[in-house]
Amino acid sequence: MADQPTSGGGLQPSKPPPWNDPAVRSIVFQVLALVVLGWFFWTILNNTLANMERRGISTGFAFLDRAAGFGILMSLIPYDESNSYGRTFVVGLLNTVLVAFLGIILATVLGFVLGVARLSNNWVIAKLATVYVEVVRNIPLLLQIFFWYIAVLQALPGIRQSITVGDAFYLNNRGFFFPKPIFGDGFGLVWIALIVAVAAIVCLRKWARQRLDRTGQQFPVFYASIGLIVGLPLLAFLAVGAPLSFEFAELQRFRLAGGASVIPELMALLWALTMYTAAFIAEIVRAGILAVSHGQTEASRALGLKNSQTLQLVVIPQAMRVIIPPLTSQYLNLTKNSSLATAIGYPDLVAVFMGTTLNQTGQAVEIVAMTMAVYLTISLLISLVMNIYNRRMALVER
Amino acid sequence: MTTAWQPSPSLPPPASTVGAVGWARSNLFSTWLSSVFTVVLSLVTVYFLWQILDWGIFSADLAGKDQSACDGDGACWVFVKDRFNFFIYGFYPDAEQWRVNVMFFLLAALIFPQFFENAPYKKALGWIFLTVYPVVSGVLLLGGAFGLEFVDTDKWGGLMLTLVLSYVGIVAALPIGILLALGRRSEMPVIRTICVAFIELWRGVPLISVLFMASVMLPLFLPEGTNFNKLLRALIGITMFQSAYMAEVVRGGLQAIPRGQYEAAAALGLGYWRSMWLVILPQALKLVIPGIVNTFIALFKDTTLVLIIGLFEVLGGVQSAIIDPAWQNVAAEGFFFAAFVYWIFCFGMSRYSQALERKLDTGHHR
Amino acid sequence: MKSTPILVAAAAVAALVAGAAQAATLDDVKSKGVLSCGVSTGLPGFSAPDANKNWNGIDVDVCRAIAAAVLGDAGKVKFTPLTAKERFTALQSGEIDVLARNTTWTHTRDTSLGLNFTGVHYYDGQGFLVTKSLGVKSAKELDGAAVCIQAGTTTELNLADYFRFNKMQYKAVVFDTSEQTLAGFEANRCDVLTSDQSQLYALRTKIKNAANTVVLPEVISKEPLGPVVRQGDDQWFNIVKWTLNAMINAEELGVSSKNVDAKKSDKNPAVARLVVGTGDMGKKLGLDNDWAYRILKQVGNYSEIFERNVGSGSPLKISRGLNALWNQGGILYAPPIR
Repeated sequence: MADQPTSGGGLQPSKPPPWNDPAVRSIVFQVLALVVLGWFFWTILNNTLANMERRGISTGFAFLDRAAGFGILMSLIPYDESNSYGRTFVVGLLNTVLVAFLGIILATVLGFVLGVARLSNNWVIAKLATVYVEVVRNIPLLLQIFFWYIAVLQALPGIRQSITVGDAFYLNNRGFFFPKPIFGDGFGLVWIALIVAVAAIVCLRKWARQRLDRTGQQFPVFYASIGLIVGLPLLAFLAVGAPLSFEFAELQRFRLAGGASVIPELMALLWALTMYTAAFIAEIVRAGILAVSHGQTEASRALGLKNSQTLQLVVIPQAMRVIIPPLTSQYLNLTKNSSLATAIGYPDLVAVFMGTTLNQTGQAVEIVAMTMAVYLTISLLISLVMNIYNRRMALVER
Repeated sequence: MTTAWQPSPSLPPPASTVGAVGWARSNLFSTWLSSVFTVVLSLVTVYFLWQILDWGIFSADLAGKDQSACDGDGACWVFVKDRFNFFIYGFYPDAEQWRVNVMFFLLAALIFPQFFENAPYKKALGWIFLTVYPVVSGVLLLGGAFGLEFVDTDKWGGLMLTLVLSYVGIVAALPIGILLALGRRSEMPVIRTICVAFIELWRGVPLISVLFMASVMLPLFLPEGTNFNKLLRALIGITMFQSAYMAEVVRGGLQAIPRGQYEAAAALGLGYWRSMWLVILPQALKLVIPGIVNTFIALFKDTTLVLIIGLFEVLGGVQSAIIDPAWQNVAAEGFFFAAFVYWIFCFGMSRYSQALERKLDTGHHR
Repeated sequence: MKSTPILVAAAAVAALVAGAAQAATLDDVKSKGVLSCGVSTGLPGFSAPDANKNWNGIDVDVCRAIAAAVLGDAGKVKFTPLTAKERFTALQSGEIDVLARNTTWTHTRDTSLGLNFTGVHYYDGQGFLVTKSLGVKSAKELDGAAVCIQAGTTTELNLADYFRFNKMQYKAVVFDTSEQTLAGFEANRCDVLTSDQSQLYALRTKIKNAANTVVLPEVISKEPLGPVVRQGDDQWFNIVKWTLNAMINAEELGVSSKNVDAKKSDKNPAVARLVVGTGDMGKKLGLDNDWAYRILKQVGNYSEIFERNVGSGSPLKISRGLNALWNQGGILYAPPIR
């Protein structure tokens, strides 16, 4: 025990032979992995090119400039048959983004309501919410989409029997029609006013927060914000002379011409995606709320906070930390599930681009790769946004 | 002046909180708003329940052989009865269907004990489920050996195909998923990058595009002259897709293992693979069984998508049966049947995973 | 323990991977003992599974005829259901030996996919189905209509061309399967259903009050449907082509599955070449001389397969029309077997 190590390298670890050295092995292993992977991709590429050449399948992205020649039911940008395949890609992409965006908002709202309902004191509400969740999330989404599409179509009246409000809004099995706003000259000022209002609100919130910290006085931020966001654009609108008109839908022989519309495919898809995803979100919300320790609610009651304040200031912020990560993956699922649109004819990216365009051009490799790249990008974007939000909500410990 | 002390009148007894009345008061009619909800929702529920029962049972037709047996109001279960064999076995020849039944039976026999806390040989049965069972059922279903007639995969369909797809998807994805999860936590940057890229790629795209890729692009990847059978292509796609999800589930388990376990394994002189195989994975995998079951449920539902590439699983079988001109207006019955089949399986499995979670969860609760 | 799944996987792969199928399709089919035939995932009258799980339809019978000629047994067919998107890849990659999936013969497909169309077994054309209450007599009155259409290949383009050429507006509601397309039409999602006429008749049998619907007179496209094989195997190409021709010639000569045995003693030399095998017609194809006899005995002549699948013997009740023989007002004309 008392032995002092003698000076010099007596106990220096002996250098292991290179095949046992972890560092060397690690490098060899990685290089090997790279080589195998490279060989794998090279073989696939080689095979694919050889196969395509042998079968006379054209390659490259030149097809994107060729005229598509088929119609698309719904487009957020102007589109007709003479536009290019590249344009069909954009049309499908925008439709996918639209349904995913709306679906995420609606599913979040419904999911939170259901999640809270499952914890309700009212036995009937709690049980119904439970039954809903257990039924909906255990049936394949594709089946539900089929079901809701038929249900939506059968519930809506024919075009002649449209439900109409003042000949401006029509609801029938061709969709929901509403007047299309047409922005006249000078309307740009209104948009500018809107942006100014948003900026003002951000500043106001910051200032109110600082005042609260400094003096303890509260400032009615909410009402002030509403005043700003409505008032400023309205003032600007009136100042430039109200340059806004509407194009009304007009009943013709087969259709309602003009106006703007929401097609039933979108309604059904949105409805099904919302119902399905909300069932999962409800479970996440419920778990999140249950995860907040009971002591927290008791403490906030002891501080004299009202029930609504307890929920708003104490429970929800803490529950959100548990909720956000699984919520993110539900958002991703919803976006990916929107690709089932192809089953009911909603013209999303998969239906328009990986369906019809692929059929017409036969360029499977390019089209499938582009489609997958788009979904990957959307998924990564959603993950990014939710991660930023998560970081803001995360527990900051000293 | 004295006044006689007058006791103030006694308060009424507190509302009963026990018994049926007490329960109803606190759970159904606690507030005015709550009472309204209770009444309205109950009425709506009863109404819809009645409608569904009337359609599905009271006015339904079950006897008979064809369309003429259905009188129009109520469900026409005759159709489901007529096509039941197709929905379960697909095109599998009638004479050979006992083989599918044996597969079903073995599956049930292997899984059933897992639901019980202290069933004997649970672990052994679990291993058989993951290793021996796939071989046996593969031989059984495909045939061509031991005097069994060869039944090609184009004859497979219905519930049997759904089970094959989801079972193979999970069992094949499990080892790949474990390797990917280990790779993702590896200290070697190249390995880690490859694994992360693989996982995020498959998790970022919809299954429908993966199946599409498997059915349309995969034949182009292979050297001239080789080709995969369609079912195998779909299985490859599903396995790739599923292994990425599996990797994330397993990673969750690996992260839950305290550092001390890794260090203890290293201190015992175990190398990387042995410490993983003997110390870390047994603990981690036990933790993630509920997660694995949940991904299995998701996959089970997702197998419906193979109808888009022309394989007849339950929903695909229903769809192709509906278009038969011999039957009319039977879509609702067909879809209801499919929904019921999926629901039974998924609900059962989700109950199982919830029970497991409760068992594994030793945290404190109120 | 660890290696077991790998073994399983290897065994499964070995069982499922088909061998090379590129050079001589005939030898390949013979050695496999079964004909791989690509059909649709369910189109009544053309290829659809029935209650007894047998594939039925005119496309299916073409496959069965080829199997009868090549393998001697019309039952030795493996049907691979294919979606519209997969069908050409499946044929190109050798997964199937012949594609009979109501595929329209077009210039582009014949020239740029590495495939060959062997003939036409059904002359179709795109048409419109409307409800009578709409009061439309001609497709020219359909300006502004919503059109239900199945995501196919040529139909969508034909529709766009037709409406654009006639300066009309339309809204195309595109569905993935024919069942969905019909559901959309029945739920009044659209005014018009467009598809190949044969399909319109097939779908019409499914509509609740079919009497309330009418198929418009306009046929806006030519859709010759025929079996397809890979390019570069002329022998196989000939076998498929002449299987079809044998069935058409048999109808012309009055030979059917019922009288084919009696016709063996027929004096007509053309009949003898068909059913007895004089002239070594089978040998020239690389088959035996009973090839046509087996087709007719086991599957039947063209008239029989037409009537049983889409004609009077089926719910579709399509009249022969263009698909009648050339000498009976149609355009079916097979080169002679001599």
